[in-house]
Amino acid sequence: MKLDAKIPEGAIADKWTKYKATIPLVNPANKRHIEVIVVGTGLAGAAAAATLGEMGYKVKAFCFQDSPRRAHSIAAQGGINAAKNYSNDGDSVHRLFYDTIKGGDYRSREANVHRLAEVSTAIIDQCVAQGVPFAREYGGLLDNRSFGGVQVSRTFYARGQTGQQLLLGAYSALSRQIGRKQVDMFSRHEMLDVVIIDGKARGIIARNLVTGEIERHFGHAVVLATGGYGNVFFLSTNAMGSNVTSIWKAHKKGALFGNPCFTQIHPTCIPVSGDHQSKLTLMSESLRNDGRIWVPKKQNDTRKAVDIPEEERDYYLERRYPAFGNLVPRDIASRAAKERCDAGYGVGTSKMAVYLDFSDSINRLGKKVIEARYGNLFEIYEKITGEDPYTMPMRIYPAVHYTMGGLWVDYNLMTTIPGLYATGECNFSDHGANRLGASALMQGLADGYFVLPITIGEFLSKDIQTKAIPTDHPEFEKAEREVKEKISRMMSINGTQPVDHFHKQLGKVIWEYCGMSRSAEGLQKAKKMVQEIRADFWKNVRVPGKADGMNPELEKALRVADFIELGELMIDDAYSRNESCGGHFREEYQTEDGEALRDDNNYAYVSAWEYKGENEQSVLHKEELIFENVKLVQRSYK
Amino acid sequence: MKITLKVWRQQNGKTPGEFKTYQLNDVSEDMSFLEMFDILNDDLVRKQDEPVAFDHDCREGICGMCSMYINGRAHGPMTGTTTCQLHMRHFKDGDTIVVEPWRATAFPIIKDLMVDRSAFDRVIQAGGFVSVNTGNAVDANSVPIPKQDADKAFDAAACIGCGACVATCKNASAMLFVSAKVSQLALLPQGQPERHIRVKKMVEIMDAEGFGNCTNTGACEVECPKEISLENIARMNRDYLVANIAD
Repeated sequence: MKLDAKIPEGAIADKWTKYKATIPLVNPANKRHIEVIVVGTGLAGAAAAATLGEMGYKVKAFCFQDSPRRAHSIAAQGGINAAKNYSNDGDSVHRLFYDTIKGGDYRSREANVHRLAEVSTAIIDQCVAQGVPFAREYGGLLDNRSFGGVQVSRTFYARGQTGQQLLLGAYSALSRQIGRKQVDMFSRHEMLDVVIIDGKARGIIARNLVTGEIERHFGHAVVLATGGYGNVFFLSTNAMGSNVTSIWKAHKKGALFGNPCFTQIHPTCIPVSGDHQSKLTLMSESLRNDGRIWVPKKQNDTRKAVDIPEEERDYYLERRYPAFGNLVPRDIASRAAKERCDAGYGVGTSKMAVYLDFSDSINRLGKKVIEARYGNLFEIYEKITGEDPYTMPMRIYPAVHYTMGGLWVDYNLMTTIPGLYATGECNFSDHGANRLGASALMQGLADGYFVLPITIGEFLSKDIQTKAIPTDHPEFEKAEREVKEKISRMMSINGTQPVDHFHKQLGKVIWEYCGMSRSAEGLQKAKKMVQEIRADFWKNVRVPGKADGMNPELEKALRVADFIELGELMIDDAYSRNESCGGHFREEYQTEDGEALRDDNNYAYVSAWEYKGENEQSVLHKEELIFENVKLVQRSYK
Repeated sequence: MKITLKVWRQQNGKTPGEFKTYQLNDVSEDMSFLEMFDILNDDLVRKQDEPVAFDHDCREGICGMCSMYINGRAHGPMTGTTTCQLHMRHFKDGDTIVVEPWRATAFPIIKDLMVDRSAFDRVIQAGGFVSVNTGNAVDANSVPIPKQDADKAFDAAACIGCGACVATCKNASAMLFVSAKVSQLALLPQGQPERHIRVKKMVEIMDAEGFGNCTNTGACEVECPKEISLENIARMNRDYLVANIAD
């Protein structure tokens, strides 16, 4: 299969402008007859559904939560990047582009990333116009702060709840279109398959989570905006319901999956407290602006943090990376924490934690300033741990936070299935092997507001003659039958173990062997283990209750079945990439001082996996990455 | 810790519900309240029983999906805390805890502790937005906004739409929720053109959805996990009056 990324011709800075001017348009009279399905209502989905509705398309939007406002974008804390240069520190579109490519360890596509940097400024304008209450200076203008991996202040924020405010902005735009009947909203619905007719995505099968009814929905095109798959690890900072099902079903129907093993482990999360733990909570990267990370210089030091004198503390990030200090990119900060803990310098009862200390900043700036900047984060920390971070340092440890991998898409954000699009975190496109902080919100809204609504015209303009396909079409019937068969097969196992039992097992294997560091040997072992979990699941899972009604255990079971299959693909991908880059750290490939060692001659490509059927080995395709504007160098934050 | 749970069980909106009692013997004080329910459900599944249905998603106090009425209080005993952020260290060994769903006409029960809060969405759809299409915006810094106004707007915008205000109000009034959105936009220059029409439409739908009247008891402010201020209700009342006089 030849992968065509459809990157427009021309100089990098002109590609998007020129391309936009040449994309075929759909006239307003025709838009009224064209239906678009949008699955997921986070930043990418809500923004896309609202914008497509404004443009005049008939939109059907779906989310599994009880309201579109609850999508997990809401939990993003720190901020959103934009190349506004309001801070007058030399920022520009090119710099944001460059930082993102470098931060991603040179494994993303130049043209997409440049477009992202270009539209970033319009996002801030749009959000302010919607009434998003960003942080401001006393003069009434917008305030900025700095994030990891960059040396400018380009991050806009709304206290520690930026994701919430941006999502509520997109939700309000979506609500307006629902009120105008441009968007038909289906809450508490979960997509369980995509329907393909004559080679094009023409609809979905969804389960009404309240009634259990399996429904068929037609669309001229289908847009997936269903977020990341970090919950494959069981413990992650994702919401409990975040899942891979929609993109996994699309993958099984022919959409290639890009870089599945590229996952982001966030360095600053609240450590695990016990076996009962159901999820992990992030402490925003913004904290690293004012917090200093350290461990005791002595191994197994059991003294309280405040009793350890300054000279007996190892501020290991400042020591190893003097140029960026505590603000090195996430992958580097995470590995450095793991390295210290593995070497026996960890703190807390589990010894799997490091300190994030604000005492210097509190002394310098006063408690009030720190409270204004991070008050809500300190509160969250105190609620979860019962400790006061104003008086004792936070204990933090890395946790799974984001997945750079996702469905492979071309420049139009279209997958390898015509008419099927993937936006936001669920595509692979912009972050390479490591995402920089405050760039997820940027990408979600860029895709949703400014990219997809335009690029989808390329496909839909050829479809103005296509009448809505009735949902009694044989392909709809077939897809529905398959979904129903799978559900009844699952319900009839009636084994001995609840769904979580398998999910936890899977999570442990993926975390251990395909998490912060990976090795060929470990990955081979893990592959076998995941296959065993899969066999066990289909023999011994117990799903109580009935399928024709509200049944949260069934929802979980359907998601976990897909996570198990995905886990195997992640392992294959990590095994096939014989280099270290960004979040993908292969123990065999590191520099003398333990940094990731890339192999640009052999691995400067996107791996795009093709599904070949149950129990068949997936096939690897490669999209070679061509760097014309950025020179590939060893990433250095020293 | 040993905890006795009395949990409201109801198959669906059409059948009557009842309290059922469950005994948990191994609750850790580091657990969150919902993690205790995970353990209960794990147990129920293993016993061939049906697990308790409850809404939850982010488990970090921001999505607004969790919604339990615990010992007679929305989101339980801690102020400024959602159910998912409530930890068991705030309970004692041997405690009996009563857990019910939100109870309000406008929030019909779906199953057990799960209710339908889509009425909130419909209130927002009626006017909880600024009518600005994508691509129509001017430069973000072209309209300076005094920091105090932006901060106040943020305080109102922090509402997570969980419905605790409705659940705790004896009249099941939605005034705190509606006024938070009305206030956020009324405090910002971007919200001015539609200020009057917005408040009128949102109040109209709020009434039509079956939420009760506000009698200024202030219970909503006390129970709001995001500590949304009662001032917002005063602001909305004023705006509503002005909007009607202006007609």
